[in-house]
Amino acid sequence: MLIIDSLHAEIDGKKILNGLSLTVNAGEVHAIMGPNGAGKSTLAYVLGGRPGYEVTGGSVTFAGQDLLAMEPHERAAVGLFLGFQYPVEIPGVSNVQFLREALNAQRIQRGEEPLTGGEFLKLAKEKAALLRMDMEMLKRQVNVGFSGGEKKRAEMVQMGILNPSLAILDETDSGLDIDALRVVGEGINAIMRAPDKAVVLITHYQRLLDYVKPDQVHILAKGRIVKSGGPELALELEREGYDEVMA
Amino acid sequence: MTLIARPTNREEDWRYSDAAFLSTAPIETFDDWRSVTVKPGAVLRETVQAGDAAPSAVTRCRVHVGAGGRYEHFATIVSGPYRRIELEVTLDEGAHFEFGGVTLGGESNVQEFVTRVIHAQPGATSNQVVRAVQWGQSTGNFLGRIEVVRDAQKTDAAQNFRAILLEKGASANTKPELEIFADDVKCAHGAAIGALDQTAAFYMAARGLPPEKARALLVRAFIADAFAAIDDETQRETMLEDALAHLDESAL
Ligand SMILES: Nc1ncnc2c1ncn2[C@@H]1O[C@H](COP(=O)(O)OP(=O)(O)O)[C@@H](O)[C@H]1O
Ligand SMILES: [Mg+2]
Repeated sequence: MLIIDSLHAEIDGKKILNGLSLTVNAGEVHAIMGPNGAGKSTLAYVLGGRPGYEVTGGSVTFAGQDLLAMEPHERAAVGLFLGFQYPVEIPGVSNVQFLREALNAQRIQRGEEPLTGGEFLKLAKEKAALLRMDMEMLKRQVNVGFSGGEKKRAEMVQMGILNPSLAILDETDSGLDIDALRVVGEGINAIMRAPDKAVVLITHYQRLLDYVKPDQVHILAKGRIVKSGGPELALELEREGYDEVMA
Repeated sequence: MTLIARPTNREEDWRYSDAAFLSTAPIETFDDWRSVTVKPGAVLRETVQAGDAAPSAVTRCRVHVGAGGRYEHFATIVSGPYRRIELEVTLDEGAHFEFGGVTLGGESNVQEFVTRVIHAQPGATSNQVVRAVQWGQSTGNFLGRIEVVRDAQKTDAAQNFRAILLEKGASANTKPELEIFADDVKCAHGAAIGALDQTAAFYMAARGLPPEKARALLVRAFIADAFAAIDDETQRETMLEDALAHLDESAL
């Protein structure tokens, strides 16, 4: 589903990704762990197509297409979802308005009929309930005045509504208390655990992986994948730390 | 026949105006004053919509609001090459002036609101919110002058101006002027000029919104501040949609 081959990227001329390769198949969950500043968020942004993140080498194929040739909104329409480490506040725009316009823009791009207001609200209610989020929250401005944990849950409601085939979730577990972590973990499973979908979880902690069981765990350091393994690699990291495991 | 002087950029109130227009427009253009009186305790709301975009380039209006009265003025300037809406409002005791203005334009358009609010008696309040959205080589201006006469205690006057410049060549100017001769007075002023929030634009793109849709949503939220005080929802939406329609046609 996703094939990243020897990806190089820089920001302001500073090399951040240095030949990163990763293959994710449909039906799989991959975890990417790594020290601060390793380039995890950069990888997510490069996949999303954020302006300022310049790809200087390598390729990314998503669902058989050249991902890097697409505009950010086109990547979303073909099924890519980026869960932000720091979800963005949009004053004056409500979640409902934002998500309805976003979903319908995606649907139009895919040649599908846009949803009516009623159809959209029904869908939004269903996904909000999945994440134990009050519909009233969705009527409020996007992420404005939300706590850290509420922002992360709202990201997952967005994911549920947009129903992507590949989710790159950047530290979705940070800022969550133990109950919220379970709700989010179960939400990810409910929305994304399917034979035709895949998830890349970027995380610092083992604890989210207790709920969303990874098929593979990778360590990202200095802009590349330096070690890959099964779920036991995450446990090893938790016990011994990066220095020990990467040595 | 009164003889009026042709304004020039040397005058405070015309410093950002279109110089070519000032030197070539027929002199009567500058003396076209309309008078409005709001009786004590009465409420009057006036709206100038993008649709009937300023019939003449310069419209000037002198308003007197009687004690306890309320005058509201909401306007959108979307055309050019030079458009100016000028309001001179005198407030009696406990009267209120509410103003919301939006300039929105490209090319070399110069679009400006100029207000002079005279708090002539105690306890009067005024609130002015102006939003400018400019692209091309256009300019959006807000010159707001507040005068508080002696003994006009408990005056509360607020002004807020924010501009979004969608392209490099566009500009915006604001210059608050305060002349205060009373001591128990609250005057608040805020101003900010910036570009469209690129972080928000990327976030919206990452959710599937094409750039022009994301921009329209952000601009809508931005200019909505200027019309937030319109309590009639239909009227508020009409003002917003009218302005935005112009953005769709013209911007980029
Ligand atoms: N906008 C930016 N400009 C310059 N350097 C940046 C920018 N964003 C991130 N970096 C640098 O890129 C490196 C990787 O950052 P990031 O991808 O955020 O790491 P991680 O998510 O793994 O903690 C860091 O050294 C960071 O300082
Ligand atoms: Mg990060």
